[in-house]
This record gives sequence, C-alpha cells and structure tokens, in this order.
Amino acid sequence: MHNPFTLGGKTILVTGASSGIGKAIAIESSKMGANVIITGRNEVRLRETYSQLVGSGHDLIVADLSVKEDIDRLHKELPMIHGLVNCAGLTKVAPFPFANRNSFEEVMNVNFFAPTELTRLLVKSKKISKGASIVFISSVSGVYCSAVASSIYSSSKGAVNGLAKGVALDLAPKGIRVNSVNPGMIDTDIFTGSAITDEQLKTDMQRYPLGRYGKPEEVAYAVIYLLSDAATWVTGSNLLIDGGYTLL
Amino acid sequence: MQKDEFLVNFANQFDDTDPSEITLDTVFKDLDEWCSLLSLSLIAMCDEEYGVKVTGNDIKNSSTVGQLFDLVNNKK
Repeated sequence: MHNPFTLGGKTILVTGASSGIGKAIAIESSKMGANVIITGRNEVRLRETYSQLVGSGHDLIVADLSVKEDIDRLHKELPMIHGLVNCAGLTKVAPFPFANRNSFEEVMNVNFFAPTELTRLLVKSKKISKGASIVFISSVSGVYCSAVASSIYSSSKGAVNGLAKGVALDLAPKGIRVNSVNPGMIDTDIFTGSAITDEQLKTDMQRYPLGRYGKPEEVAYAVIYLLSDAATWVTGSNLLIDGGYTLL
Repeated sequence: MQKDEFLVNFANQFDDTDPSEITLDTVFKDLDEWCSLLSLSLIAMCDEEYGVKVTGNDIKNSSTVGQLFDLVNNKK
C-alpha cells in the first residue's frame, strides 16, 4: 500500500521517551516502521516504554541530558540516525516575582540547553544523515500565548522555537530539515502533585474549543509526518496542535 | 518557624489587603483579593522562604492561614 508517511528504514532517536509525549512518539514511530532509540533519565520507566515498542531493532540508552557527560556518552554511542525528536522537558510554575535565576536555569538546562547541545554534537559528528529530520517539541506557551505563572516555561519554549528556525537555516545545505511542533495542553503527568489542582486543570480544559486536552498520540502523529518523507519540503515550520486553544 | 514571620510572608503576597486583616484565623479564600494566582504565589513563597513543597491540593484543602502554617511546619 502506498504510504508516504512510513518511517520504515529510518533510525529515530527520541529523548524524554520515558513518559508523556516522548513515550507516545517512540511507540507510534515504531508502529510506523522506525528503528527507535529511546533515551531518558529513569531506567525503569524507559524499559516500560521499550517493552511497548512494536517490531525489532530498537535500542535504549539511559541518559540525563542535563548532565554534560551523559550527552557526550549518548552522542558517541549512537549510530547514524535519520530522525531526532527533542522531547525531554519539564515545567516550573512560579509567579514572576518568584521566577529567580536558579529556576530559569533549571528549566532552561533541560528544555533548551540539553536539546541544543545534543543536536549540535550529533550534527558536528555527522551522525545525522543527509535528508534527516529534526523535530523540537515546543509549545503554544511562549510562542503563541502564555499562561499564569508560566514565564519560565514560556521563555524556554520561545527559545526552542527561535533555535529551531536558526538551525533549520544552517542545516538546509546539508539536506537536514528542522521543525517544531507546538502542542497545547496534553494529558500527561507534567502537573501531577504540582501547584496546579485538578479543578484548575478541568477549568482550563473547558477553554479548548475542541472541548478537551490533547492526547500524547495526537502530537506523535504530527511528529511522524515531520519525520517522514511526506515532509521533505518542510523546514523551519511550527506545527500548531492545540485543539483550537489559540483561536480565542 | 515563627508564626509572626509566616504571617508577614503570607500578607506580602497580597497587594490590596491590609496586613492587619490577616491573622492565623483568617479564612484566606474569603478575602476579596483571593485568586488562583495568589494560590501559586503562596506555594512559591513556601518554597522560597521555607524550602517546603506545598501542592495546589494542599492549598485547596486548607481553610485558615493557621492551617497552612501548620502544614508548612509539618512538611519542614
């Protein structure tokens, strides 16, 4: 059957694959035929993702991308890849008067500096093949809108979007495409036990024109498109996936 | 942790509420100025001043300033 969205024959690295959106991207990519290499900090949860990958030829590398030595080790261990999905991320809720430099550094390290450095090292060591696709998981926050007490997270995702544009331009001569996807709120455990209550999340959910939060798979499908040869003329784009949130 | 100091830190998160209105018996969600951003500010204050992680549900389940003080004390 004709399928321009197949990931068959492609080796795809997914960071942050132990939970949430990264986990769904890894699993769905394997279903589309990719050889998936997953990385994350938590070995137990990473193995759980690994066990759900469909097909063979997958690999798992435990690494904390906020640690320089781990990034160095990861990029050296990797084979040639055809796709990179920078998904590892965290959030920190703090009203601006409390958004101190330490908090910014904690979030920027994981959301911005880690994917920047990993991507740079992989490009420099020519581990990303010609025709490859790099996808940054950004957000609506910091690009199209923000939310209360989200200045830190928004800044990090705004930076990721700027990065993706700049890298897209620099890697175009190598035939490497670089794009971002910008999800609205996705049903993950990112706010479990946080400053945000379940009631607040329910109220927020009602602000989405499509009436609910997104599912991790709904982000994964967009990433699959960008990784696939269906998107060979797409670079430097932001793919908005937000259930209509930013229409209002 | 001193109660007086906690009251000052608590009252500091408010802009339009007279600090004298805030005592350990104050039902803080009844204050005119109360809003979800204040809840987040209180959580951030407890983290910054006392190194205690208060959750949104902790605030939801607390009624008076004194209950919040006890909660922070117990988590220290």
